[in-house]
Amino acid sequence: MNVMDTRATSAMLYLDGVHVSFDGFHAINNLSLTLAPGEMRAIIGPNGAGKTTMMDIITGKTKPDEGTVLFDGVTDLTRLDETRIAELGIGRKFQKPTVFESQTVQDNLLLALNVDHSVKGTLFWRGSRPESERIDKVLETIRLTEARNRLAGSLSHGQKQWLEIGMLLAQDPKLLLVDEPVAGMTDVETHLTAELLKEINKTHTVMVVEHDMTFVRELGVKVTCLHEGTVLAEGTIDQVSSNERVIEVYLGR
Amino acid sequence: MTPHMLTRSLDRGATIFLAIVVACGILIPLSNLLLPAGSFLQVPTYLVALWGKYVCYAILALSIDLIWGYCGILSLGHGAFFALGGYAMGMYLMRQIGTRGVYGNPILPDFMVFLNYSKLPWYWYGFDMFWFAALMVLVVPGLLAFCFGWLAFRSRVTGVYLSIITQAMTYALLLAFFRNDFGFGGNNGLTDFKDILGFNVQAEGTRAALFALSCLALIASFLICRSVVSSKLGKVLIAIRDAESRSRFLGYRVESYKLFVFTLSACMAGVAGALYVPQVGIINPSEFAPGNSIEAVIWVAVGGRGTLVGAALGAVVVNYAKTFFTSGMLAPYWLFMLGAMFILVTLLLPKGIVGTFNAWWDQSKEKRAAAATTASAAAEDGITEPKMAE
Repeated sequence: MNVMDTRATSAMLYLDGVHVSFDGFHAINNLSLTLAPGEMRAIIGPNGAGKTTMMDIITGKTKPDEGTVLFDGVTDLTRLDETRIAELGIGRKFQKPTVFESQTVQDNLLLALNVDHSVKGTLFWRGSRPESERIDKVLETIRLTEARNRLAGSLSHGQKQWLEIGMLLAQDPKLLLVDEPVAGMTDVETHLTAELLKEINKTHTVMVVEHDMTFVRELGVKVTCLHEGTVLAEGTIDQVSSNERVIEVYLGR
Repeated sequence: MTPHMLTRSLDRGATIFLAIVVACGILIPLSNLLLPAGSFLQVPTYLVALWGKYVCYAILALSIDLIWGYCGILSLGHGAFFALGGYAMGMYLMRQIGTRGVYGNPILPDFMVFLNYSKLPWYWYGFDMFWFAALMVLVVPGLLAFCFGWLAFRSRVTGVYLSIITQAMTYALLLAFFRNDFGFGGNNGLTDFKDILGFNVQAEGTRAALFALSCLALIASFLICRSVVSSKLGKVLIAIRDAESRSRFLGYRVESYKLFVFTLSACMAGVAGALYVPQVGIINPSEFAPGNSIEAVIWVAVGGRGTLVGAALGAVVVNYAKTFFTSGMLAPYWLFMLGAMFILVTLLLPKGIVGTFNAWWDQSKEKRAAAATTASAAAEDGITEPKMAE
């Protein structure tokens, strides 16, 4: 199958038969998963189920031992590095909020904008009105307009999580990978984050990894449960949470 | 509010710094040349040469601060680029000696005659022309940094590992330049220079001019560094320093950025070395000693990493201390003092002299601003609720 010139699948993200092992430990085991364009998918599963490793594979941080990983039906992600994959339009929010702490909230968003990322382009960069308007809009969406000139390091944990989501918005990728967006958030913040992700999902394909079942329920989307590097169950939250195996390995009785 | 204050105070710092360098660059040579020798205000020639050396060190410190302070690349081998620039200049100066050497050979420098060279090695061609030597001052360190960086950054060598291989690089060059058959004068290096562009290197006028030129080079380097770090590229560099993989996931090609800034920095270090050699009158392999590179990093740490002005200040302060202490009874203990200085600065002033001052300045300014807002708010509607400066 020549994946470079024929559309292999209509999926935004297509994983088939993916294997990864680290020193004999099978982190990902025959994982197959499909994400349709415009879909939002929640990924749940116990610790060590391979959720973060899966994101590492999609974003090019880890190379799979075997298997197919296709983006947008045409691009083989296993051959590209992180920068190239980011340029293609896959954005990622990390489990632990990673923002540029010593720079302002505004500058964090400026750095995330999907404009010319070359050395020459940034050296001779001059701000433009559309750019600052986009930053203003993102600041409003993530409710950080007031804090725009504060250093990102001085934000609260929840605000940092939002800033990182805001950076994803500024990056405007086709596919957003969001790893544990509500870890350490209060109930109110969690609720607002769910609203925010639903809003984002109107224009983007989203994959969310989360442990917080209330949050997953609030998102109201298709759920995939991973276990030992493979898909254990897939379906609506009710279907998945009533699955015997899921209850056994993850939710508990 | 804070970052605005920071840039403003940095701008003020930059202005003061530039004013001081310009004043030194003009006044010291003038006082040396125009005032009668022995007069109270006359700067003796040996001091002009000494301060000229400091200025070259300040340029080297700036080049280190650009990569370490802003991009997190801790090079412990930057002395190598400095020395290569110095050798390029030294080769030009050797070719200028001509028949005035001990052996009077019009083409071959003395050491080559002594070592029975029959003709000039090919890599010495062109160094009789100043423009070519000046070009090589930039090209040789730049090219080495580019090749070294290309290999290291593409393989994602970072942190201590990078520091260690930069040490290895300068040490390897030290050993190579020590060899007589390497063609650069072995352990004696290049010395006994006569003139530069037709002017006697020992003459007072030449020394004063070299000092003024060094100040000019320092200003130029500072302005280049400043425009780099205050551009968007500077923000990307800081992003790479603070969260390298995050920058990758945003679509920045980290290795290209590192390569750019590392090469630029090496060229600057080369210029510093080229100006250093005619002022001290010798270049030999000891300039490649790993200790020199480490010492240069200490200057930056003492002055304040990531402040530019601090790096230059640190170079002057530490070297002044070195001159002061190594010329007295305390001379044998200098290395202990240097080590102690590094430990004390790390423990007590982790931001260095300028970094600590900036933090203090911002804080007091914020306090004053807060006090002013509180006062005006109280005056307006009688409420004394403290208002945050943010």
